[in-house]
Parts: sequence; C-alpha cells; structure tokens
Amino acid sequence: MSADRLSARFAACAAANRAALVTFVTAGDPDLATSAEILAALPAAGADVIEIGMPFTDPMADGPAIQRGNLRSLAAGTTLRKVLAMVRDFRASDDATPIVLMGYFNPILAFGPERFATEAKAAGIDGCIVVDLPPEEAGELVPALTSHGLHLVRLATPTSDAQRLPAVLSGASGFLYYVAVAGVTGANSAAATDVATAVARLKAATDLPIAVGFGVRTPEQAAAIAAHADAVVVGSAIVDAIGAAAEERANDIPARVSAQVAALARAVHNARQEKAA
Amino acid sequence: MNAPTTSLRAGPDANGHFGQFGGRYVAETLMPLILDLEKAYTEAKADPAFHAELDDLLKHYVGRPSPLYFAERLTAELGGAKVYLKRDELNHTGAHKINNCIGQILLARRMGKTRIIAETGAGQHGVATATVAARFGLPCTIYMGARDIERQAPNVFRMKLLGAEVKAVESGSRTLKDAMNEALRDWVTNVHDTFYIIGTAAGPHPYPELVRDFQTVIGKEARAQILEREGRLPDLLVASIGGGSNAIGLFHPFLDDDGVRIVGIEASGKGLDTHEHAASLAGGRAGVLHGNKTMLLQDEDGQITEAHSISAGLDYPGIGPEHAWLHAIGRVEYQSATDSDALEGFKLLCRTEGIIPALEPSHALAAVARIAPTMGKDQIIIANLCGRGDKDIFTVAAALGVVM
Ligand SMILES: Cc1ncc(COP(=O)(O)O)c(C=O)c1O
Repeated sequence: MSADRLSARFAACAAANRAALVTFVTAGDPDLATSAEILAALPAAGADVIEIGMPFTDPMADGPAIQRGNLRSLAAGTTLRKVLAMVRDFRASDDATPIVLMGYFNPILAFGPERFATEAKAAGIDGCIVVDLPPEEAGELVPALTSHGLHLVRLATPTSDAQRLPAVLSGASGFLYYVAVAGVTGANSAAATDVATAVARLKAATDLPIAVGFGVRTPEQAAAIAAHADAVVVGSAIVDAIGAAAEERANDIPARVSAQVAALARAVHNARQEKAA
Repeated sequence: MNAPTTSLRAGPDANGHFGQFGGRYVAETLMPLILDLEKAYTEAKADPAFHAELDDLLKHYVGRPSPLYFAERLTAELGGAKVYLKRDELNHTGAHKINNCIGQILLARRMGKTRIIAETGAGQHGVATATVAARFGLPCTIYMGARDIERQAPNVFRMKLLGAEVKAVESGSRTLKDAMNEALRDWVTNVHDTFYIIGTAAGPHPYPELVRDFQTVIGKEARAQILEREGRLPDLLVASIGGGSNAIGLFHPFLDDDGVRIVGIEASGKGLDTHEHAASLAGGRAGVLHGNKTMLLQDEDGQITEAHSISAGLDYPGIGPEHAWLHAIGRVEYQSATDSDALEGFKLLCRTEGIIPALEPSHALAAVARIAPTMGKDQIIIANLCGRGDKDIFTVAAALGVVM
C-alpha cells in the first residue's frame, strides 16, 4: 500500500460530508482469537478507522472499563508481538481501513523503538498514539516511526491553552486527537457546545483532521460530536460491552460488538444530514 | 590547567533528566500543569518569604532539626565504626515524609490550589499529607492499595482522624504502584483545583527535584551536626530506598564529597534470587512508569511486575530517577537487605538503643550491622533513621509468630 491509509480515509469521509467513526478495542480482550474476530468484523459494521489498544499493566490514563480490558488481555497472554501478528492477519483481507495502535510507552521501549517501527509497518499499522509520551519526550520514538512512514498522533486536551497548543501541533501528523474531557477514558461526556468551540479553535490552528474522543458512549452523543468534528472516537462503551459479554461467557461477542458499532456508525455517518434537515 | 569540576548536585537538566533517566512522561492533559508547577517552584525557590515560612514550620511544627545521635551501645555491639543515627523518626508524624509535605503544601497554596491528593504505601506519606492538609485547612483524599490498608491499619485510622478521605485501590497488585496510578487518574480529572503531593523523589519532573530539595534538610543538618560533633565528614552514609526520598535527602549534600562512601539499601524481600523482592536497581531494567524513566521491575514485554517487601513503604517496583542515575555513574553503591535481615535490624535497634525503628530504615540498619564490623573504630557511619516503628508492630508480630 503506497498511499497513506489515514489521509485517504479522512479525505473520502470529507468528500462524502460525513464524520468518520473511530472505534477502540483492546487487543486480546477477552482473548486473542475473539479479539481477531471482533477486529475483522469492524469495517463491515461501519468503523472507518480502528484504534487497537496495546495492553499494559498500569494504564494510568484509563478508567475502570479499559483497565479491566487490559487485565483481561494480559491474563489471556497477549504480547506486543501477538498484537502485531493479529494486525498482519487482518491486513490479508483489508488493506484500506487505517489502524492506529494506542498504548503506553514502556512496552514499546522494551520491544525497542526501531524494531517496533519496522515490525509495525510490516504488519500494516498506520500510526500510533502513545498516551504517556508528550512531545517533550517523543524524541526516542519519532525518528523510528518517521523513517518507516508511521504517524505519531498527538493529543490535544481541554488544558491545551494557546501557550501549549503549538508544542502539541509541532510535528503532529495523521490526525489530531482531541481528548474532550480532562479525565481518564470512560469519564462523563463533554457538553456538545464545548466540543464545538474546541474543534473550531483547533481547526484554526491546524489542517489535520480532528478526532474527538473520551466520554462518547451512545449513538446520540456520537452524533452530536459528528456534527462538528472530522471523526468521533468510541472506546470504553465498546470495551465495557466486551467485558459484560465475557463475564456472561457469551459466544457471540463479535456479533454483539458489530451491532453496537453499526448503531454508532449510522448515527455518526448521518449526523450532518440530520442536522441540516 | 584546572579541569572544570562538575558537581554531581547540579541535576536535573532543564527537561528534568538525570542522565538518561527522569523526564516528563505524562498524559498531555497534565503537561500544562506540571509546567506550571515547575514555574511556581522556580519562583518559590527564589523567594525568601517562601523559605522563611518553610523553615519556621520545619522548626516549630515538625520539630527540626532532628538530632544526630551517637548510637553507643549499637556501636559497641557491632564492634567497628561509630554509628550515628539521623533521628528523623522523631519528627511530627514519625517519619521524614513530613519534610516534603510541608514544602509541597506551601507550593499548593501559592498556586491557589484548594484540594490535596496523595498516594501512600506504608501510610506514612498519607498521614503526613493528611496532617499538613488539616494544618492548612484543605480537603484531602489519599489513595492507598487495599493490601496496604490491611497491613497498615493504624495509619489508615490516623488519616481518617486527621480528616482525610482514604480511598482503597483495588486494581493491579493493590499496593503503592496502583495507588499512584489512581492518584494520577484523580489529578487528570480534577486539574483545575487539585494539587498532587507525591511522596517520594519520583514521578514526572519537577517532582523528583522538588521532593529531593525538601528532603535535603536531612543531609544538610547531618553534615553540619557531624562537623560540629566530630570535626570531620563521615566515612559512610546508609539509607533505605523505596522511591528514594529519605536516601536522596541524606545523600545529596554529600555527593561532591569524594571521601564519603554512600550506600543505598533496596528491599530484597524474600531474596534477589526469587521474584519476590523490590530491588529495582538490582533486578530491574530501564523503563517508563509514573511519569519518569527509571529502573523498573518488569518482564521482557515491558509489563510491570509486582514488588514484594515486608515493608509497605519499600514495596514499589521503581525508584526515583536520580538514584537510577547515581547507580549508573557509580557514585552511590546500592546493596539490599531481605525481609528477615530487616527484622534482625529492627530487633537489634530495639534491644541496643531502646528505639523501635520502622521496617523501612530497619533495612538500612541491617546493612549497618553488616558493614560496621568491617570498618575501623575511628571511622564514622551515619544511617538515616527515617521512621519510627509504631505503625509496624502488627506486621512484626505476625512475622515473629506472636499473637497480639
Ligand atoms: C519510614 C519510611 N521510610 C522510607 C520510606 C520509603 O520511601 P523513600 O524511599 O521515598 O524514603 C517510607 C515510605 O512510606 C517510610 O514510611
């Protein structure tokens, strides 16, 4: 694949005048086989971009839902190598849906930044979000990612004031992730008007697509954000549903996730038409 | 031509690095806050009024200076170097932790923050934080691992008496590292009004620097006291290491004194050859956790492994970044003491000096018992007696098979 999957996908959504749905699941949650099935079904369900969580023992920017997802995944024996293998398998049938890895720096550091970038690129990864690697510390990873054409997606937050924003945006690529609430994942949702104001402010400062996440759980909330942002990220709500289904020992987890994602996708994809109507 | 002398006390650099260690590995939401904190701390350091208030509280509220005590019977028993104990266990609240808490709460007030949070392991930092929060009339929430709550019941009750809310942390290993995760989650959620008082010389820059600075009162006093008492510097400093705040507090003022040998003692739990220890220098690798790069107990996939020590205050899989650096450059020597070594050190001090030490400095005492006999009688050791043992009597009783 020569063209950049992320820019191609965001351009296609913009051309259709609709927001993109970005879904987050933790790799290996509740186990690798189920997780691979969930992943394979996401594009057909309507996910435009897929974020895959790399599990970590100490996910300190995550709320209880994703913490539990991380622990389920680690208990099932997930490693970074297995996460990359899962993406490689996915790419055999889907070479268009962008995939962004999301996680914490220590497992990447242990793997080795250069080896990580090489193998992630080979597996068909498009970029990554490293929660605890602010621009000031990113020097240890960025050269490796850049030399393999991988994006390091930056995060802007409600605390990114005019003074801070230039540091966040300098060297940002792929898209800009706006963390809509100061808090951990799974927190309460932000008011739609606050999000609209924040997106407008970010748009004035960058040409990158803006994805908004944190606290988006329902199709209604997703639609409200899709009216303003280029993309809407839903994570904890899906991970919560996986956790609940795993607890029941359900054997139709991928189908349940697909149904949930389909409802979110309808809301996100139609939001601007419904608003205009 | 004189070679330029570089002080070992000059770190960290402008980005908070001590060599390859340290830094600011935090979620973007927190970056503006820790940059603000750095600015506020830089201003406070240059403000004589800040120091005047700090010194006044340390003197009249904490009870400083703490004595430097010549442990005569311990020295005789060990039959080697003269052992002095820096008596920080006599501080208000019973440990060195309060030195740092007073400093940080003055910063919090300066920054207009109205709510205090902290993590705690043994409960000593939690008690010290709850204490200063009460003293300054600020509401306070303490995160404590559920397992530590079980083994440090007296301190949990103390914190509650002092008006703090104690939140049990049930995630992960249910100890100090998980309490720190939870405190960081609280902070990122309540950025507008909350000040996070970190209890050890670790975390994102500027915490390792400012905690160290507030704890160096230990080493500065000890240096002046030994010079007055013996007319010379000590031959050896010994301190126990959890995150490393009492140790760096004692060591830092002596780092440029080449003749002073410095030894930090990690907790080796059930032994370095088992997986049940807390010695991140002896058994760890460089990694990133809790906002800093440092030496960490972790598996080959970079997942953090659980630490173990009989002492809740040392039961942490990491160590402050300045220690990781001092270890890498070889200026400080790091050894370890096991749970049973620490129990022996504990009993030794009770018996010879009539002082019940906390289990944390009992690790340092175990090392003193090992090293002092190998030194000459004219040599001098200063060990940091950084906490008193009242909080540990139930743990010690259980370890000794005593039913209370
Ligand atoms: C008495 C005492 N000493 C030592 C420690 C370990 O911390 P540090 O290494 O930061 O001094 C603790 C921590 O709770 C403590 O209570």
